[in-house]
Amino acid sequence: MKIAVASGKGGTGKTTVAVNLALSLKKCTLVDCDVEEPNCAIFLNTSMQKLEEVRLPVPVFDLDRCTYCGKCADFCMYNAIAVFPEKLLFFQDMCHSCGGCAILCPENAVTESTRKIGEIDHARIAELDIYQGKLEVGEPLAVPIIRRVKEYAKDHSVVIYDAPPGTACPVIDTLKDADIALLVTEPTPFGLHDLKLAVDVVRKMNIPLGVIINRDGVGNDCVDRYCEEEGIEIVMRIPNDRRIAEMYSNGIPFIFELQEYREIMLQSYWRIYQIAEAGP
Amino acid sequence: MMEVTVISGKGGTGKTTLAAAFASLAQNAVLADCDVDAADLHLILDPLVEERRDFLGLKLAIKDEDKCIDCGRCLDHCRFSAISEDFEIIRDSCEGCAVCQLVCPEDAISMVDRISGEAFISSTRFGPMVHASLMAGEEASGKLVAMVREMARKVAKNSEKDLVLIDGPPGIGCPVIAAISGVSMVLVVTEPTLSGMHDLERVLGVAEHFKIPSAVIVNKADINEDNTNKIRTYCSERDVPFLGRLPYHDSATESMIKGQTLIEHVDNPLAPIIKDMWNKMEEILSE
Ligand code: SF4
Ligand code: SF4
Repeated sequence: MKIAVASGKGGTGKTTVAVNLALSLKKCTLVDCDVEEPNCAIFLNTSMQKLEEVRLPVPVFDLDRCTYCGKCADFCMYNAIAVFPEKLLFFQDMCHSCGGCAILCPENAVTESTRKIGEIDHARIAELDIYQGKLEVGEPLAVPIIRRVKEYAKDHSVVIYDAPPGTACPVIDTLKDADIALLVTEPTPFGLHDLKLAVDVVRKMNIPLGVIINRDGVGNDCVDRYCEEEGIEIVMRIPNDRRIAEMYSNGIPFIFELQEYREIMLQSYWRIYQIAEAGP
Repeated sequence: MMEVTVISGKGGTGKTTLAAAFASLAQNAVLADCDVDAADLHLILDPLVEERRDFLGLKLAIKDEDKCIDCGRCLDHCRFSAISEDFEIIRDSCEGCAVCQLVCPEDAISMVDRISGEAFISSTRFGPMVHASLMAGEEASGKLVAMVREMARKVAKNSEKDLVLIDGPPGIGCPVIAAISGVSMVLVVTEPTLSGMHDLERVLGVAEHFKIPSAVIVNKADINEDNTNKIRTYCSERDVPFLGRLPYHDSATESMIKGQTLIEHVDNPLAPIIKDMWNKMEEILSE
């Protein structure tokens, strides 16, 4: 059972839900797929062990062989190469590692090496396994790290993915093999707007879904009305409780101090399980 | 002409609420919503679309079945798992690199344009606004951010505006890099939470990496005064101007529900603080 905790955008409490749900279940695997800003470990107050570096191929240009014909630059769809009469420039940040330039160079002047774009870390707390992918600062490509970190939990039985925000590729890659998507939102116009975008994506991917309302009570009932119209179940409500916000600010999972929520989390999990079983 | 980008390291810190408030303070600016994955600024600024353009993102490979001889070379060479076992192109995975076209012996593959979203030039009660929407699941949001910025710059030039105010995307990846490269300054909105501080560090790292001056604003500062003070100290250690702290206040949500900026929302205690931050920012920019 793979549960992806996602949201149309960040800051809705996605990580809070993922972490507290994982801690409530006790025996599961938490995968932090928000590789631009992995935050789960902060709440688990644990230091992580590096498992591996994620590396991507990059071209290396042998300028002794290069005739500056410019064919590689013409080919590169991402404008990562610029060729001038006696000069070749390579912009590593733009390169998508497709390898085309190495195949195509008529002088065999291009070979491939690799560069580090991030790393995978791991920690274990009692029966909880946590894997985190972390993108190197200044690197643009999150997807290869997400794919890699998910590999580690492939065969685990209960897995929670903390998805990145947004509706672009990194989220899609996180959602790909999920059995259910939990969309965390706030009951405000911004929250609703972002939720609709996320629902679109999840439905397009044919994944069962449920909504979690965070900071319930802060805004209006627009999210409730929308979910009712769309036939989407609200599987959990986390009230707008200042104690939760304060605990969050100190990196403390709220179920540690507000015991009653552990029960709520476990009940929600049962609903989540049923929705996933029922299929899209 | 100056460009200023409001970013936050992650979403939900009140970045867009602040950007909207700044938009209503800016006298002569073009607004650009570069949070193209989940654009929200329009919910407050209520833009009237005057011009729209297709956004062509990455290319897409398409295959001519009649020419294909099922040799499998495309599958061998594709690094994005975008060719299936039976040699079909998987649209969602294709990054448009054209390697399959390059290796195909039968010339069966061609690269076509792919409409991945749209961009708009609109008018709002605070002046022109450029915004965009990316189709769900489409990539190249960095490229769309670049397109929005380019359009905003043109609008600014044509209408003699002296500032482009950019609401940036969350994170530190490709779209953020596209939203801050070459701007005059970034304003980082953060929360006094451990994760907020962690994200702040990363996002300031990105700004530094690209040598862009930054300044910091703490939102919901009274949720955790200790952390707010730590952020302040951290900023002074790093020589990053600290523009101020905003307390947690319901008027932020109330104004959003009413479709108003915090400056327009009457009688709220946040407005004067935001004005003060704006003045400080203008001062830094004029130096
Ligand atoms: S294709 Fe090869 S020879 Fe031509 S410019 Fe590129 S590296 Fe040089
Ligand atoms: S590997 Fe692909 S993306 Fe990178 S430089 Fe070569 S052609 Fe461009």
